[in-house]
Amino acid sequence: MPRIDWLAIAPEVVVATALLVVLAVDLFLPRERKYYVAALAVVGTTLAMVPVILMAVSGDSYSMFDGSYVVDDFALVLKGVFLVAGYLVLLISVSYIESDRYYQGEYYLLLLSSLLGSMVLTSARDLVVLFVALELTTGPLFLLAGWRKGDLRSNEASLKFFIIGVLSTGLMLYGMSLLFGLTGELSFEGIREAISSAGIASEPVLGLAVLLILVGFGFKVSAVPFHFWAPDTYQGSPPPVTAYLSVSSKLAGFVAMLAVIYLALPAVTDFWGPALWMMAAVSMTVANLSALRQSHLIRLLAYSSVAQAGFMLVPFAGGAIAPDGLSEGLGATVIYLVIYAVMNLGAFAVVIAGGRRIGSYEIADWRGLGSYSPRQGVMLAVFFLSLAGLPPLAGWFAKFVMFRAVLISTGPAGVWLAVIAAVNAVVAFYYYARVVKSAWFDPAPDEIPEDTETGPTGPLSLAMGLALVVVLVVGVFPGLATFFGDAAAALVP
Amino acid sequence: MDLLESWALSLIVFLPLVGALVALAIPKEREEAVKQWTLLVSVATLVLAVVVAARFDFGAAGGFQFEVDLPWISAIGANYHIGVDGISLPLLVLSALVVVLCVIYSWQHWDEPRNPRAFLVLMMILATGMNGTFVALDLVLFFIFFELVLLPMYFMIGIWGDRTMRKIPGFRKEVETRLYAAIKFFIFTLFGSAFMLLGFLALYFKSGSGDQQSTFDIPELIARGHLFQGTFAWLVFGAMFLGFAVKVPMWPFHTWLPDAHTAAPTVGSVLLAAILLKLGSYAFIRIAIPILPETARDWAPAIAVLAVIGIIYGSLACLAQTDVKRLIAFSSVGHMGFVMLGIATLTEVGINAAIIGMVAHGLITGLLFFLAGSIHHRYHTREMSRLGGNLKLMPVMGGILGFTAMASLGLPGLAGFWGEFMALLGSYQPLPGLSTSFFRTAMVIGAIGTVLTAGYMLWMLQKVNLGEPSSEWAGKEFHDVDRYEMAAWAPLIVLIVAVGVYPKLVLGATTDAVVGLVETAFRAVGG
Repeated sequence: MPRIDWLAIAPEVVVATALLVVLAVDLFLPRERKYYVAALAVVGTTLAMVPVILMAVSGDSYSMFDGSYVVDDFALVLKGVFLVAGYLVLLISVSYIESDRYYQGEYYLLLLSSLLGSMVLTSARDLVVLFVALELTTGPLFLLAGWRKGDLRSNEASLKFFIIGVLSTGLMLYGMSLLFGLTGELSFEGIREAISSAGIASEPVLGLAVLLILVGFGFKVSAVPFHFWAPDTYQGSPPPVTAYLSVSSKLAGFVAMLAVIYLALPAVTDFWGPALWMMAAVSMTVANLSALRQSHLIRLLAYSSVAQAGFMLVPFAGGAIAPDGLSEGLGATVIYLVIYAVMNLGAFAVVIAGGRRIGSYEIADWRGLGSYSPRQGVMLAVFFLSLAGLPPLAGWFAKFVMFRAVLISTGPAGVWLAVIAAVNAVVAFYYYARVVKSAWFDPAPDEIPEDTETGPTGPLSLAMGLALVVVLVVGVFPGLATFFGDAAAALVP
Repeated sequence: MDLLESWALSLIVFLPLVGALVALAIPKEREEAVKQWTLLVSVATLVLAVVVAARFDFGAAGGFQFEVDLPWISAIGANYHIGVDGISLPLLVLSALVVVLCVIYSWQHWDEPRNPRAFLVLMMILATGMNGTFVALDLVLFFIFFELVLLPMYFMIGIWGDRTMRKIPGFRKEVETRLYAAIKFFIFTLFGSAFMLLGFLALYFKSGSGDQQSTFDIPELIARGHLFQGTFAWLVFGAMFLGFAVKVPMWPFHTWLPDAHTAAPTVGSVLLAAILLKLGSYAFIRIAIPILPETARDWAPAIAVLAVIGIIYGSLACLAQTDVKRLIAFSSVGHMGFVMLGIATLTEVGINAAIIGMVAHGLITGLLFFLAGSIHHRYHTREMSRLGGNLKLMPVMGGILGFTAMASLGLPGLAGFWGEFMALLGSYQPLPGLSTSFFRTAMVIGAIGTVLTAGYMLWMLQKVNLGEPSSEWAGKEFHDVDRYEMAAWAPLIVLIVAVGVYPKLVLGATTDAVVGLVETAFRAVGG
């Protein structure tokens, strides 16, 4: 029996318990009181924060199962981020799921399962744990994407997501098996040492393995050219699920990528550096140009999330170029992820709230929102302009650390990537501003949409309020966000 | 260090922001209360700015005073470092003053869709951004304030701007002027400032060497100027040039300006012209030249060429305008050309010329935009072909317009004279190392520009003020300047005369700082 540190796995235990409780309680609740399970899920995620905070304060790190499962600063910080993101998604979901009135219990069960997967993922330090955790994160989402059974688009969303998901998993597994075959090791540390001691850092097969793994991750984080499933899946899924997809599932892909690249493969920058450079440049450019032509808000957010994935990849490329850029790059990506998670969830919360009132996600139908619902109009402007990266909203700091990480290597490759990112930031502003323009500059329609919300609105407002506070406070005191980056950067050996 | 020393500047910067937040708490219906509150806040800010000016030690204007340097984002080495010297002090006071005047003017003038609370809140946020830019001594802090002005102005133009439909080349359908102008203004500025940020970051990384930490601190970077050499410095200057030149705006980056100025509501145009345009030229003097002096010398001829083109182009474009507001907007391109020509000489005279030119342009063009707004308010048109005989219909307003136009064309004795005159004087004898014959040619062309300026200003006066009123206005009652307008304009008129007669009002503060700047920057070159 291996030694188990119960405090170290307490967050996962709490979430697992919560999901079992949700499953059990759901069986006994009468139909009109199903929303109790939502409350239980929220309580569960909140409780799970307690051990995370306790461990963060104590500053200890724990290693279990022969180093396969590690709870260190990196893991803790990201567990916290996943919990907060999950918490916000739960709040966003309540009124939407309540009004559909079916399978509420299962919805929260699946959401919590996915959350559990991402929390395990942060601690995974070998290929097997990483793989299982990543699949636990994505698996439930295949079902959630198809939640609106009667809606063809939702079916399409689920099917596309599933097929692409399986394909990417297959490619990634193939890459991992090559890696295992080459090094004879599963743990990241073992792989790293094997690569350096066996001197195979420039072996072509290793390059193939790395590329296959990157392609798998490329699908998970929806980077170009592996992004084409994203717009359809995002548009077809229920919007709260889309919010989760665009934040937590993307985050999970990035966390796995960070761990594999920085822990197992820091020596083979020659392979992944240029590949990620290309992926970043192409993702930003293609997604931003596509987003310019979107008229549907959620499709726009889908392309925006692809473009943001491109921005998040930039520090990877920067880290690969500079001699001591790895920890800088890791910190920058994590800061970007944290800020992106909050502002994107905020944007989705507003879009969901507005969408329920307006009954459409066409940008043109949102005209005049600011005049008849100033509060939602302000929120919309804040979150979208924060995504665009305008000071003094939090998004500026994400962009700032990204530029910083790539410019640390004053070589031409870094400078060019920075220039591409800078131009893209301007292009991106244009489509974010189009939404703001519709809401504020265009006249309201003759028939102002009535506020017909019947379900509970408190949770959604709470989610928006929390995201708003974070976006404004972090925008003015970005030092708060650097904490996450510093803690995570300690991962780099 | 007493309380005032350490708090005054922070209050000047953040009082408007706090005022804006409080104003949001006042119910929207209580318009009077919102107006009074905003006036109170902006007057308090102005009083503080005047107190700072009064307590300012003019004997030591070369150094920073009222400095505050606190850690802000320690992880990236950015500090909350603010302070004023002789260069920024006049601009800071000007900014605080213009905001007060704008609040007074807007008391009775609201463009559709009204909503005074939202408008005034945006104006206060704008004030924070403007005042902050003038006192920031840290590149990241500067960047934040520099960008902060964009959003309020974007909303001002987009919501309260000109609603006439216009055919824009390249667009299939006609678009509302305000929508086109707002996004164009934003995209241009953002494009420039994205590159500016890259330049700042490059400076940061290069500034760390040996045991010295990398820094964003402007005075510290100036002291480490020797670290930035060769191609690196050339590229960084280019990146910052893009950011600043768009903001100034210099030809050929100016095309956003006529659109934004024309589309903006009156107060928006005034703030744009009086303060926002100064942020770019101020940044050249505060950041680009002192940190990268050698490179500035390489770039100076190019800047001078663009400045001269701007002067001539702006003047000629003015002559082609039919809309009086658009004419004033183009005149800004010309006037800022003189400012940039002064800067390009890299001499004490030239940079002093630039600063007094900036102040004068702020006073004069601000007033001109106020007048254009009031004319539009009365006639509901700005087409010069329909106007005429304004002096007969409204003698007081016509008189003020005549006075301001005279100031704008550079009549000696009024504020506009000094900037143009000294810029030309500076080009006669540019910094050693720069081609004298080249700059003297620029001087001659600039001098032709002054003639053209006089030409279009007089032409505008003739069209608007003189002659007989057109028959369409016959029998209509025009109320002349009202007391709110008078209250907003009188300080500007007084200052235009005061600076014109006694330029030491501005130069007294700037000269020492400019001399210090030029000596520090070019001592090695041999002055």
